[in-house]
Amino acid sequence: MMRDVVVAFVLLNVLVLVVTYVTYVERKFAARMQSRIGPYRVGRPHGWLQPIADAIKLLIKEDIIPAMADRPVYNLAPIVFLIPSFLIFATVPFAPGLGLADLNIGILFFLAVSSLEIVGLFMGGWGSNNKYALLSSMRAVNQIISYEIPFVLAALIPVLLAGSLRLSAIVQAQSGLWFVAYPVIGQLAFAAFIVATIASENRVPFDILEAESELVAGFRVEYSGMKFALIQLAEYTHMFGVSCLGALLFLGGWLGPGLPGPVWFLLKALFIFLLVTWVRWSFVRIRVDQILRFSWKVLLPATLILVMATGLWVALRSGHVS
Amino acid sequence: MSDYVPVLIYAAFIVAFAVMSLGVAALLRPSRSYDAKLQNYECGAEPIGQAWVQFPVGFYLVALVFLLFDLLAVFLFPWALVLRGLGLAAFWAMALFLAILSLGWLYAYREGILEWK
Repeated sequence: MMRDVVVAFVLLNVLVLVVTYVTYVERKFAARMQSRIGPYRVGRPHGWLQPIADAIKLLIKEDIIPAMADRPVYNLAPIVFLIPSFLIFATVPFAPGLGLADLNIGILFFLAVSSLEIVGLFMGGWGSNNKYALLSSMRAVNQIISYEIPFVLAALIPVLLAGSLRLSAIVQAQSGLWFVAYPVIGQLAFAAFIVATIASENRVPFDILEAESELVAGFRVEYSGMKFALIQLAEYTHMFGVSCLGALLFLGGWLGPGLPGPVWFLLKALFIFLLVTWVRWSFVRIRVDQILRFSWKVLLPATLILVMATGLWVALRSGHVS
Repeated sequence: MSDYVPVLIYAAFIVAFAVMSLGVAALLRPSRSYDAKLQNYECGAEPIGQAWVQFPVGFYLVALVFLLFDLLAVFLFPWALVLRGLGLAAFWAMALFLAILSLGWLYAYREGILEWK
């Protein structure tokens, strides 16, 4: 019990710190891609204090609640949005035995909790009583019903290969060969997972819900000060969480030579995060009808066939063993 | 069930973190509001009416199809766990189930439900 309290406290604080610096990494990376320097002034080598400065600035900014807003819904939304994005880390093993709770249904818990994020998002969009925000949250619902299933199916392939829902067992099953290296199945599943990841994180080319040129900032347009900070934090935490899931499912989690496990894990999660950021700064936004069509007519059948192909392979191999 | 105690503690910490940071901000921040500031943001134009109006949602029927496939995902998870033990028989059982479901998907496709309208 005491151990759990300490671990939960440490995990939360480490996550807040890591995610704050993930935003810094992203800004630097984005700047490099656009031949800029990025944050540079605050903190001597390369503006390393910038995230802290941002946090303090947002903490002391005025909080504006629009007169027309539905106040309880509007005020609760950032908290409801924040909870699932941090809660997904409850079951993530950072190294053998290093994690809060290695649930026997780990991946199911992760997927279920991570899709709860839509509730907070929709509350924010609805409670603001702003037309941009409402349109944005409607688009977000469209997005989640389109990409939830390919995302779940792509995550199912490592489950099939490992035969367990426990995330640490899935990593252990990759000690011979990472799942991404399995011929054909591994690469296709990883590609499908990355596409669904980008969509579930609402990033370019699937960022129709915050499309700056049409919806200003989407569902968070009316938020300011600390509430805005919490929404931003939740969004980046979710992004980092899904990157961690990708590292666990396909890239062998903490497995790797030389470096300690958690370092490998962080590197792999950052690799997926930067892959998504790379896509973000390389492609243009696609339309809402294209998103719907691509998801239901291409990605869904493709991932289903992939799941069945993996299933056939697993079933045939089990026949050889028994 | 005791596996979930740490998860609950963690969830409580998350809520506490959110509430505390909002509370600290409430103590530190200024509050100088006036009518124009409290207006909804519409790029400077005065907002006309509320945002809560009826408008067509282009994905209503897709949402129904989504429910079906989400249920499929629920069935697939236990199947993925026992497939190794049951072998080809379990594979063909799921293949039959999927074949029936695919007919429904094909129908939705032909009826044009999977399009944004």
